[in-house]
Amino acid sequence: MNHYPIWKNILIGFFLFISVLYALPNIYGSDLAIQISGTGDYVVQDRDVKKIKNTLVDKEIDYKSIGLVNRNILIRFEDSQSQLSSKTLLKNTLSRNYVVALNLAPSIPQWLSNIGGKAMSLGLDLRGGVHFLLEVDMEAVVSMAVDRYYNELRTILREDRLYKSIRKEDNLLVVSFKTESLKTQAKQLIKDELSDLVVVEGSETDLQLSLEISSSAQSAAKSGALKQNITTLRNRVNELGVAEPIIQQQGSERIVVQLPGVQDTARAKEILGAVATLEFRLVDEKNDLQTAVQSGKIPVGSKLYKFKDDTPLLLKSAVIVTGENIVDAASSVDQDNSPMVSITLDNAGGRTMLETTKEFLHHRMAVVYIENKVETIVEDGNTVKKRSKTQDIINAAVIQGTFSNRFQITGLDSAREARNLALLLRAGSLSAPIEIIEERTIGPSLGADNIQKGLISVLVGFSLVLLFMGWRYRVFGLVANLALTLNLVTIVSILSMLQATLTLPGIAGIVLTVGMAVDANVLIFERIKEELQLNKNIQKAISTGYAKALLTIADANITTLIASLVLFSFGTGPVKGFAVTLSIGIITSMFTAIVVSRAVINLIYGDRKVEELAI
Amino acid sequence: MSLRTFKLPTIDFINKRKYAMIFSALLLIVSIISIGLQGLKLGIDFTGGTLIEVGYQQTADLQDIRTKLASANYTGTNVQYFGSDTEVLIHLEPQASSSAKLSSSIIQMLGDDIDMRRVEFVGPKVGEELTNDGGLALLYALIGILIYVAFRFEYRFALGSITALIHDVIITLGVFSILQIEFDLTVLAAILAVIGYSLNDTIVVFDRIRENFLSTRHTEPMPIVNDALNQTLARTLMTSLTTLLVLLALFYLGGEVIHSFAGALIIGVLIGTYSSIFVASSMILVLGISKEDMLPSEKEKKEIDARP
Repeated sequence: MNHYPIWKNILIGFFLFISVLYALPNIYGSDLAIQISGTGDYVVQDRDVKKIKNTLVDKEIDYKSIGLVNRNILIRFEDSQSQLSSKTLLKNTLSRNYVVALNLAPSIPQWLSNIGGKAMSLGLDLRGGVHFLLEVDMEAVVSMAVDRYYNELRTILREDRLYKSIRKEDNLLVVSFKTESLKTQAKQLIKDELSDLVVVEGSETDLQLSLEISSSAQSAAKSGALKQNITTLRNRVNELGVAEPIIQQQGSERIVVQLPGVQDTARAKEILGAVATLEFRLVDEKNDLQTAVQSGKIPVGSKLYKFKDDTPLLLKSAVIVTGENIVDAASSVDQDNSPMVSITLDNAGGRTMLETTKEFLHHRMAVVYIENKVETIVEDGNTVKKRSKTQDIINAAVIQGTFSNRFQITGLDSAREARNLALLLRAGSLSAPIEIIEERTIGPSLGADNIQKGLISVLVGFSLVLLFMGWRYRVFGLVANLALTLNLVTIVSILSMLQATLTLPGIAGIVLTVGMAVDANVLIFERIKEELQLNKNIQKAISTGYAKALLTIADANITTLIASLVLFSFGTGPVKGFAVTLSIGIITSMFTAIVVSRAVINLIYGDRKVEELAI
Repeated sequence: MSLRTFKLPTIDFINKRKYAMIFSALLLIVSIISIGLQGLKLGIDFTGGTLIEVGYQQTADLQDIRTKLASANYTGTNVQYFGSDTEVLIHLEPQASSSAKLSSSIIQMLGDDIDMRRVEFVGPKVGEELTNDGGLALLYALIGILIYVAFRFEYRFALGSITALIHDVIITLGVFSILQIEFDLTVLAAILAVIGYSLNDTIVVFDRIRENFLSTRHTEPMPIVNDALNQTLARTLMTSLTTLLVLLALFYLGGEVIHSFAGALIIGVLIGTYSSIFVASSMILVLGISKEDMLPSEKEKKEIDARP
């Protein structure tokens, strides 16, 4: 009686062996490291490794190892001193084809990583870093699409002089006609050539049509804007130099950005959310600025702009080139040590610039810095989006000579501003304004604290339970302790295999599982005690104890599992981390507390005459 | 008889249930009044706003920080020590212009020598959504459990366990309201975990009640329920004790961030243990449970008979 067949014991042993094996990577610490990867299409190669090696050797910086790992170059260091100085060194020596980022690299032995062993991935609350939730301003996307269709509509209707007037009302395009037949003709033309525009139902009158963008075209514009923004954000994050960033879509209008280990969060915020670009315009020198400002009448073909210090200036409405023509930008300082940005234009931009500078030699040209912002604020209890656009002239200088696609701009406030501007111009602009609607930043010191405190509370709580169980249930208690330990190991190995992210609430989930996992054993043992009191045969008491407790355990655990699955599907962030470990813990505890403990009890008491149970 | 092998006396729970009901009613009334009058101290997860935790080299001067914030025209600020007097938690209500940049400018204003430990910014819209999602999660968890228990046991058991759960949730919320402890997302997670835990306890008792109904000739529900409570009492107490051991470790050693989470669980486990003994079983007696309800239906009976 109370005997498991050999195959069952072997199977259990096999499961436990695998668990221990894949939990093993977590006991090795991690090295301070620098990770270097290529930007865009560029993939780092062996010769890059050699080049970097030589640079480090030249500067006599000590490193532990260097090598290619998963299309990245990983350099490990003994101390943070050499890690930080190498980062500065490499960042300055390597071209912009490389992203240089600080990282932590787990130091798992080769044989273990060969069989796929990985350490648990730690959440931002444990390793430090920033979590942003960004929302794309979809109203702006639609409104921009309407502007685009407005132009297209005018173009196609103009050819045959079909319309009397077109105006934009909110997101509608209202077209008036002289005669009804012209309207019919226009309707057909729109249907054939601009099928994304549809007539608003019931809005049609004899001489007027209201058009809106079809819902499919609207959602295409929205998803296009979201994708483009993700690409731009990825470029910007690469420029910031972050190891293992996460940039992904969430829902239909949001983007999650997670930057582990980022220290300068202020800069990250400035860079990620900024919708900044440049425009180059000629200064209007014919009209008098004073009259325009005083009378408030702006001459046709001109626009009034201001410098940052509010000095006004009239600029021509026609734009020479915009930020979209910029292919590269780098910040530096000029002879007077004031910050500047060197610009490289694409071919089209270069040509226009050349023609303009030839024609308007010795006239003035201005650089306008444009930034779009969107903010959600609470107004009378309602949340409203507040949009704002700043357009500042950063410089207006006389064109001294002709130039085409390479030139410098000055007039920036600080080196930091120049650096940010260059980065934004390089990484490309966002297609629609975005807003940070949620931020969670954990500083590196708090992250380290959290790991330490989490570990200590798991260990202390765990030991208390072990002591208590051993005292209360003796041999059986020790078996339960073994099961509990294996449960902890199994949870860790499953988390490592799934590469689920471990967070502080996740650790709390593990702690709670430890407390609850013994419940199954307590149920069984109390039941065995009861059976013993009913004067049953000892072997029979063990097997009935297990059998009777089994259903109860299943019922109790399934209901808890339901609660934690609901948590998982509705929760975000901290709640989800907790639900993951709790769910895994419930499932593994059923295995260890019922199956493994039974196997051990069978080995101890099974198949022999037992006088008394130590329970 | 040593302490280890102590035998629990048989307690007449059922006759004491009047007192338990009065006690529960009192707790519920106090909780509801407190929630109604002063509400919960909602964290920024639900209200929106900004939370900044900074570390100082020496003891931080809270008054100085408050003055600096006031002079920069920030409204609805709350500055307090967090864990120790070198760490400060600054809490800002949503500002007229509430953006993620706010925290950067505040940290810059406070000086260079401080250590940024944590920044949380939740926009007004997100706060609203998190509140809705949180409420929904609670509701769905309750419904899911109701269905499972009704399916595994009987509708009276389902109602009994749900009553106990609502009882536990209201009182736990009540404690948070009375003590004005901050209620954030992690506390919500804790409350959901309490639901799971309390239910666990209740199910174990119910399971025994069903088993007893089926195994004895007695049909009087009261002694059967009382026996079941006594038979499971040792287990109920042992499990609560082990769970409380780890929770206390978490509460005292887990750090400030996890403090209210562990607190909610401790309160919940205590109340959950109490409710599974007194509330859930009283409820099924009130609803009129009987031996007939426990007998398997004809089809199930055949299946049971067919078992070896």
